[in-house]
Amino acid sequence: MNTPAGYRRETQGAHPQYDHPPYASTHKRSPRHAPVRLEHTLSEITGPRFAPESVAPADADLTHFDGGAALGERIIVTGRVLDEDARAIPRTLIEIWQANAAGRYAHDEDRHDAPLDPHFSGIGKVITDEHGAYRFMTVKPGAYPWRNHHNAWRPNHIHFSLFGPSFATRLITQMYFPGDPLLAIDPIFNSVPDRTARERLIAAFEIEVTVPEYALGYRFDFVLRGRNVTPTQS
Amino acid sequence: MSLPQTPSQTVGPFFRPSLCRAGQESLATLETRGERITIEGRVLDGDASPVNDALIELWQANGEGRYDHPEDTQEKLLDPNFAGFGRAATDDSGRFRFHTIKPGPVPGVGNILQAPHINVSIFARGLLKRLFTRIYFPGEAMNDADTVLNSVAPSRRATLIAQAERPGVLRFDIVLQGENETVFFDV
Repeated sequence: MNTPAGYRRETQGAHPQYDHPPYASTHKRSPRHAPVRLEHTLSEITGPRFAPESVAPADADLTHFDGGAALGERIIVTGRVLDEDARAIPRTLIEIWQANAAGRYAHDEDRHDAPLDPHFSGIGKVITDEHGAYRFMTVKPGAYPWRNHHNAWRPNHIHFSLFGPSFATRLITQMYFPGDPLLAIDPIFNSVPDRTARERLIAAFEIEVTVPEYALGYRFDFVLRGRNVTPTQS
Repeated sequence: MSLPQTPSQTVGPFFRPSLCRAGQESLATLETRGERITIEGRVLDGDASPVNDALIELWQANGEGRYDHPEDTQEKLLDPNFAGFGRAATDDSGRFRFHTIKPGPVPGVGNILQAPHINVSIFARGLLKRLFTRIYFPGEAMNDADTVLNSVAPSRRATLIAQAERPGVLRFDIVLQGENETVFFDV
């Protein structure tokens, strides 16, 4: 078979460097050697796919769990997964996790002294539709302290994991909320070098997404790496 | 029209309940064709301390050397009992373990066969973006001519080759930083 076209590389400035001193955990976990450039082969342009049946509609609704309604401000988060050429990425898995409205994760290792909510698991998943669209209903996550430095607090955020069409397009990121005063001083958010790039991690409030008498709506689109031009068939 | 890429952020410490399910570390079932292997190892930081909150993902071809993906159009058989994706989180001592089969060789640049390998993603608190590496196999004759292995400095190449631990079990440690730092790739 012909050598397939690879994916475009990371855009300079759009992604953090591994070593980011303001984020203390990078200090001992960031490699010191530069990564070795790998030309894309079948290994990188293929990747796992997940059957739509592996996700239930209820997996996109985090507002109810174990027979009751979660506490907090209900929100809707919706958007599309696209590539750099604005092509929709259909049928791709999105997994999310987040703190509850009080700023506490339903996780054994989270020791923050804020209440757990028995009706909020903080986990969800969807598979994008044929237009690359997704939609979650959840509650707005609370801010919480972490021990990175004195009086360190994470801004409100939701974690997102996406696959896209290949192993090369895999992305894990975080979505933030507009107007959050903690963004200006958060080492993780500010690890993205370009200001315009980091601002792409902030969802947009949209009245059109907002559902009357139910929940505020936020739009958040993802752009995964696009494809190089297909080489001419020999 | 060109849209700007969405930046990467760390997976953080609290991903397990969302991303990890029991059984995801087993890529092969009893019916899967191929040579069964267990791959185990540890993730270590620059102090050689265990990284107890890393997420490891594997992606590999089946025993014949075909990926279960529409862009792999080789005339090799797909295996209905092998999808090729696995996921595991490290435990308190930084250990992970996968049960799979040895992949067959797949073509690389210039349509030249690559030595058998497994593609690996590593995510963790303190990693602001994914690390990407490959697991190669010990004693594999194709390793010597492999383009990717040969693109790596000889002194560091061994970090990409699993070690035979005991029959059927391979060891592959992932050293994030320092002496014996694993070779990571810019993909």
